[in-house]
Amino acid sequence: MGAGRFVAAVSTALLVARLLLEATPQQPAPAPPPAPLPMPMPAILKAYPAVTADRLLHPRDDEWLMIRRTYDGWGYSPLDQITPANVARLRPLWVFATGAVNGHEAPPLVNGGVMFVSTPGNQVIAVEVKTGRLLWRYRRPLPEDAVVMHPTTRGVALYGDKVYLPANEGVLVALDARTGKEVWTTNVGENQHGYYMTLAPLVAEGVVMIGASGGEFGIRGFVAAFDAETGKQVWKTYTVPAPGEPGSDTWPKGDQWKTGGAPVWVTGNYDPETRLAYWGTGNGGPWMGDQRPGDNLYTASTVALDVKTGQIRGHFQYHPNDSWDWDEVSPPILVDYQRDGRTVKGLINVARNGYLWFLQRSGGPISFVQGMPYVKQTVFRGLDPKTGRPDVDPDKKPATGKKAENICPSHWGGKNWPPISYSPKTRMIYIPANENLCDWLTGIEVDYEPGERYMGAQSGLSLAAGADHVGEVQAWHVDTGRRVWTHNYATSINWGGMLVTAGGLVFSGGTNDRKLHAFDAATGKLLWEFPTNSGILAPPSSFTIDGTQYIAIQSGWGIDSRLVQGRLNALTGGAYPEVPEGGAIWVFAVQ
Amino acid sequence: MLKRAGGLVLAWLTPLDASAQGDQSARPARGDVLVRVGDATATPLTPADVTGTAVVMAWPATPAGVVRSGSRLNRLVLVRLDPASLAERSRPHAAEGVMAYSAVCTHTGCEVGAFLADEQVLYCDCHESKFDPRDQGRVIGGPAPRNLPALPLTLVDGRLTVAGAFTARPGFEQG
Repeated sequence: MGAGRFVAAVSTALLVARLLLEATPQQPAPAPPPAPLPMPMPAILKAYPAVTADRLLHPRDDEWLMIRRTYDGWGYSPLDQITPANVARLRPLWVFATGAVNGHEAPPLVNGGVMFVSTPGNQVIAVEVKTGRLLWRYRRPLPEDAVVMHPTTRGVALYGDKVYLPANEGVLVALDARTGKEVWTTNVGENQHGYYMTLAPLVAEGVVMIGASGGEFGIRGFVAAFDAETGKQVWKTYTVPAPGEPGSDTWPKGDQWKTGGAPVWVTGNYDPETRLAYWGTGNGGPWMGDQRPGDNLYTASTVALDVKTGQIRGHFQYHPNDSWDWDEVSPPILVDYQRDGRTVKGLINVARNGYLWFLQRSGGPISFVQGMPYVKQTVFRGLDPKTGRPDVDPDKKPATGKKAENICPSHWGGKNWPPISYSPKTRMIYIPANENLCDWLTGIEVDYEPGERYMGAQSGLSLAAGADHVGEVQAWHVDTGRRVWTHNYATSINWGGMLVTAGGLVFSGGTNDRKLHAFDAATGKLLWEFPTNSGILAPPSSFTIDGTQYIAIQSGWGIDSRLVQGRLNALTGGAYPEVPEGGAIWVFAVQ
Repeated sequence: MLKRAGGLVLAWLTPLDASAQGDQSARPARGDVLVRVGDATATPLTPADVTGTAVVMAWPATPAGVVRSGSRLNRLVLVRLDPASLAERSRPHAAEGVMAYSAVCTHTGCEVGAFLADEQVLYCDCHESKFDPRDQGRVIGGPAPRNLPALPLTLVDGRLTVAGAFTARPGFEQG
């Protein structure tokens, strides 16, 4: 067909079509299949208030907008309606089954009367707090070949009209808080190479910051920041330096840095004054330090990151050349404390290595003030009084082909990831500790294979001689650096995040009897307990609805608490039986 | 019974082209051979390569030599057992006592990479799930919600050869 004839043919066809349109009445289009009736948006979601930067910086006393409520990481509620005098009348208002199993580790966040929780299985649930009514549910099925050794979530972040969920397979998801629909997704890490995500994001200065798990898969850890509106990456800072970067001289000459670990799997805290975010890093990869000689910055450290640029402005390493799988992922809390008659702009960290650390923060460098064991610690012979660097007993340091025994605390630590809390009223920190748990470790040779475990270690749990308990709640005064009270759990580990309130109460689960506990914050007296559906790992939160103070918690045992429970059951001949699993949200108020 | 490939050494490397990439990720198929994980020569395994004390980690490979390492759901754990100890339902799936199972734990997907010889169990040290390799990977301990899928084996020219599809979907359960 010639070009001219083609044009003519098309013109004719168009003309005919036009004539037909003008000449004949339009037939009704075939009816499309009936669409599901759009559910009218509940009024509470229509009225959903935006979470502004200012609200995150200065939350009202009755709000719980971030996993630890405030940027300093205190896990403190200024509400004081529930007190030691009335806590005995605390009763559940409603309970909501999440439909998920395994460890539920996310605190409920509340904004505008809407509660947001995340659960295992990449699920976010929005519930009307007052009624317990489901508003929406988001689920993102995991890829069938996903690499997720610890399939949990430690929470979401709220900002603007969005909810941010780091999906396990290494994808950051932004949801519309009103509908639960995806607004954008961004790939953060290569899951087939062992990068996975379980932490809540930290939102500050318009960016969403997250890190990745994978310390058992030879990842190279990082913290990355994404534009809160678009999901575009703003910066990415590795927690293991490449050759030539600051800190690279603490690694051997070879390729060990590429698989050096230092994963980031607990949310950092933020200092608005210096605009630094404090993040904790995990174990080195593989587990045995002799396979990567050197201090191995920034494994087992706190790093201070400039939120604008991601630049590392300061760091503190809790133990060099980690060989014990002591992830120091919990960030220090920001507390100004008294020492020797002066006020220290402080950082306080309860480390997995069994030491309690009092540090000093600045616009950059982090300096050592004081450190002391809070549980039995058999590995450090002491700390350098100036730098805090531990003097490691070589007999207690395992290596490839070398077994070290009676390592206390065990590789699960004196405290694992569950966060401490701090009350400015009592000036005490509250620690979920595990005493008397020790282990042995032997290094074995291991080859790196992307996405497969890269630990190179065998281990076994043991109880310290004469151990009469494991789980503890400890209270330490920040100005004296002394322990004030301890509550021992006779037959349980403690795997529960902490909440302390201005009403003078410490709330925490953590035990294998499925209970939520309330303690007198001043004295440690156990005032109230309630057995839930499963064991509680997540930290509680507190807020008001219509002027009434609520306590909210997710219950759902699993992940490593289950594993330690099983090993203790074997060690004790059946004293630590299985804990029922399956998740639920609980909301309590005084009746 | 055993037809040995008498001294035959298979120099068996075939360069991969684009068309082979689909085969790399596809589940194992009848007629595939097995090769040791990390074996650059991709030499087909025989029952003699699998001892009774330790597992062998393996990939299936097509008869044309394409190793199916493109999906970790193809990763296999091989274990050698006393044929007389096998449950009746597992006997047709064994080749000279060698059983092949998915190495992806049905709990959270960690590698099932150990054989506890004294207990005769396959073991995942992430969360301590235990599976009975003599009886179709039956869960006998730990949090795994379902059995470890078996990959039926037979012997062809002395080589461990896939005789059929996985007995169930390999992989873990959604939370």
